[in-house]
Amino acid sequence: MNIKSAQYNEVLGDRNIKAVIDDVTWFVPISEDNAHYQDILKWVAEGNTIAEAD
Amino acid sequence: MSNARKLADNLPTEGSLSGRNVLINGAMNVAQRATSATGLGGNADSYHTIDRFKLGAEGTTAGRLTMTQDSSGPSGFANSLKLACTTADTSIGSGELLVLSQIIEGQDLQRFAKGTSDAKPFAVSFYVKGNASATYVCELFDGDNSRHVCKTFSVTTDWTRVELSFPADTTGAFDDDNGASLYLQIFLHSGSSFNSGTLPATWASKTNANRAVGGGSFFDSTARTFFITGVQLEAGSQASPFEHTSHTDEFLRCARYYFKNLAPVYTTQYGSNAICTTEFPVPMRNTPALSVVSGTAPTALAGNSYAPHASMYVYHASSTGDAVSNYQADAEL
Repeated sequence: MNIKSAQYNEVLGDRNIKAVIDDVTWFVPISEDNAHYQDILKWVAEGNTIAEAD
Repeated sequence: MSNARKLADNLPTEGSLSGRNVLINGAMNVAQRATSATGLGGNADSYHTIDRFKLGAEGTTAGRLTMTQDSSGPSGFANSLKLACTTADTSIGSGELLVLSQIIEGQDLQRFAKGTSDAKPFAVSFYVKGNASATYVCELFDGDNSRHVCKTFSVTTDWTRVELSFPADTTGAFDDDNGASLYLQIFLHSGSSFNSGTLPATWASKTNANRAVGGGSFFDSTARTFFITGVQLEAGSQASPFEHTSHTDEFLRCARYYFKNLAPVYTTQYGSNAICTTEFPVPMRNTPALSVVSGTAPTALAGNSYAPHASMYVYHASSTGDAVSNYQADAEL
């Protein structure tokens, strides 16, 4: 997967990550059992950063 | 041969008469994401077309392929999964790998009693054909205990049913949960890091060099094709005939992992915002990642996997109601 950006998103008490993956905007749960979140963790391990929420 | 003999030969050797196949969408009938995807290779580590069948990739192969849901199949099958090489790779790097896989939850594998003295063998069967003769490797990989067992199989230019019997494993139980436990994998292309050892005919601790020994490369020629359908994994030492199920049953089994909604979802005003909730057709495996496929991008989407009414909400940070024409929810392994 090609991750272009990731930012925490907080709405109505939910906190997830808004990420552009393979040119599609996904709202990804912060759950290590989710494949998209696992890919974001790999992306972070490569030196990238999840931006804080607006 | 008597009818009684024919019946006896077609009965499974272990377990139940129905619900034998622990794989989902083995007849390749459900393809929610797309029916064709092109340019797949080292960048292909994801789900592209037919539900539940993943292309796994490592390394940076120059090889590329097109993956489609094809309308050909052996008698009784309307669809197959087709791979067609579009760019060859005859200079294979040591770390290159391309596999076709389905990943299974541990809670659906308890019938195998793996890791106990009563462990059952694994019977894998499928129909394959190609543009020419080829040999590939089928692996069962236990991700909970990092153990594997492998067998080679042959492809010809005619549809052929492959039946592979893998032994029981009295070491390492599958976790009884919704996580990834067993990987059924077909190695289609590999470098020396994966094929320079000895193929494990019995269950053993995973050794990467042993995983694809004796398998050819799908990327050896742009003429190369690979078709597969009727994929089944069941408990027992002998494969039984493929267990066909209804399209609805198979779709709902797929929707536990991925669901694309094709009907409009309308938000309505809620104070200074606009919001709506909508239920998924079945509880998803875990909290899904969500994406709008078309329509106005919302401020947020969030879902859950609560049974039996798993749902998601759409939220716009404005009071204007709007339609989300369709969305996709992904809880794949």
